[in-house]
Amino acid sequence: MKAITANALQDGAVVYLGDDDQWTPHLSSAARFEDGDAKDVLAAACSRIEEITEAYLISVDDSGAIIGRETIRETIRKGGPTVRLDLGLQAESCG
Amino acid sequence: MYRYDEFDATMVAERAAQFRGQVARRLSGELSEDEFKPLRLMNGLYLQLHAYMLRVAIPYGTFSSRQMRRLAHAARKYDKGYGHFTTRQNIQYNWPALVDVPDLLDDLAEVEMHAIQTSGNCIRNVTSDQYAGAAADEVEDPRPWCEIIRQWSTFHPEFSFLPRKFKIAVTASDNDRAAVRVHDIGLRLHKNEAGETGFEVIVGGGLGRTPYVGHTIRDFLPKEHLLSYLEAVLRVYNLEGRRDNMYKARIKILVNAEGADHFREMVEEEWAQVNQPGIDLPREEVDRIHDYFEAPAFETLPANSTTLEERRATNREFARWLRVNTVAHKAPGYAIVNISLKPIGGIPGDISDTQMEAVADLAEQFSFDEIRATHEQNLVLPHIRKDDLYGVWAALKAAGLATANIGLVSDIIACPGLDYCTLANTRSIPIAQRISERLADLDEQEALGELKVKISGCINACGHHHVGHIGILGVDKKGEEFYQVTLGGSAAEDASIGEIVGRGLSSGDVVDAVEKLVEFYKKERKDGERFLDVYRRLGADPFKEALYEAA
Repeated sequence: MKAITANALQDGAVVYLGDDDQWTPHLSSAARFEDGDAKDVLAAACSRIEEITEAYLISVDDSGAIIGRETIRETIRKGGPTVRLDLGLQAESCG
Repeated sequence: MYRYDEFDATMVAERAAQFRGQVARRLSGELSEDEFKPLRLMNGLYLQLHAYMLRVAIPYGTFSSRQMRRLAHAARKYDKGYGHFTTRQNIQYNWPALVDVPDLLDDLAEVEMHAIQTSGNCIRNVTSDQYAGAAADEVEDPRPWCEIIRQWSTFHPEFSFLPRKFKIAVTASDNDRAAVRVHDIGLRLHKNEAGETGFEVIVGGGLGRTPYVGHTIRDFLPKEHLLSYLEAVLRVYNLEGRRDNMYKARIKILVNAEGADHFREMVEEEWAQVNQPGIDLPREEVDRIHDYFEAPAFETLPANSTTLEERRATNREFARWLRVNTVAHKAPGYAIVNISLKPIGGIPGDISDTQMEAVADLAEQFSFDEIRATHEQNLVLPHIRKDDLYGVWAALKAAGLATANIGLVSDIIACPGLDYCTLANTRSIPIAQRISERLADLDEQEALGELKVKISGCINACGHHHVGHIGILGVDKKGEEFYQVTLGGSAAEDASIGEIVGRGLSSGDVVDAVEKLVEFYKKERKDGERFLDVYRRLGADPFKEALYEAA
């Protein structure tokens, strides 16, 4: 399955397209698409140029966990730099 | 010291205002990302994994306390309280919001700073020896020539859309601290037999996916012809460099395809045709720029300081820092102080806002207000009285900036890697941290001597792995991080490209590998031999054996 990720235009933060068609910083709230449908959804997402930039598809499993060969990269994007655990979304979940 | 004239002030202010308008149009959706991207890149603004990244220029690595304080302010106000010094004497902010960047650039412009020439296919920010104007071993201060290159290259209309980016470095010492042999153009100021100074012109060096040591195409270029000769080199490159394939577009590919001799002929032919008197600066202008760099008013001091010697004799930690982190100054009674941004287990090149302010205070009080950034991701206080060294050390120590490891195994260059960078395949910083922690003992490090470890998280080689005595390149293998070791590289006057010694290693194994290599070196070295010397004497095979035996 696929999810759609991008960087928010205003601050560059990592976001995912949610079930409510809004952008969310939480991968757990991301909508999941069958591989066949994902391209069309992505094309629609890419046109939202006032909200985001650099949208693309990532591979996730049925539970929404990142899978595939970009797992390390997407895990780092999701949480923050592994060398600064006080920064990024990972810092919030620590507290 | 470098300062703006009225042209620079106007240019930077106009550029900042122009970019403010471009950002507003992007935010409103009037500009698409495809339209905006080249504009933001011309202003040093990248998009990385987690956020935007702004790269701020520090021309030839020289800046003032006031500028450093403003960098600290920007880190606090627009970022997350820190900055990252790069391998090109610049500083990067990892988290600025696009909406804030126009204000950030305005704040920088107030202290004569900007992000021009830090991105795009133009002549990039010129780099130089971090000890320029202070080193005992230099022929003359190279920075006036860097400044002349800066003025000539900024917004040069003919060279704003080159086939690829273009990097020029200048040194004025036989001990090359500016890596001039691995730049698109390297310039080495030296004296000819008549005692005149001029430039050795080296072209076609570079790292990246196709590393080359540059070729000397002129042993001695009279200084007054610098700009017209550079113009000739750039014209040949701009016309003949490949534009069909970005991986083959750097000048090094052209020079090596044509052969150095033919490339030299092409340049000489072009040079004969360019309007030399119209391009080369008149004597008065050269003198005027040299006046910017007048040496500070050094006091007349005895060569040795008794207070320093007393401290040295009684404080072992201070004595070590003196041995490792200070360098001979050209003025008696002064020393050059290196500030390591490589604390054991730390992130190479990172510095907090409060540390920036501590450095600014010390520079203002003790170093004629001058600070330098180095291409090895450290800082320098170039002019410290020997009498003041103990106080400076104590203040640096209090700020967490007194690690005595300059040039040693834990003084590692590492690119940001996959922790920040969209291009990276693997992480670099954690490898640097683990090597630094594994070999943390400073007595042991000092006993090992000069040992340059350089780590890149992808083939673009921002971590300079090709020229590491030990180089480490991260490669992605089916979604796993692996690291390839290269040996025998050097970015100094004895420049060479390291050789790959074998199969890639896991992140855990690569730290063990460095330790094995170090142990092998210790066993084999003869008096005074550095790691690199032993490698060059013995060749790759015994090192390979040591690395992979019973692995």
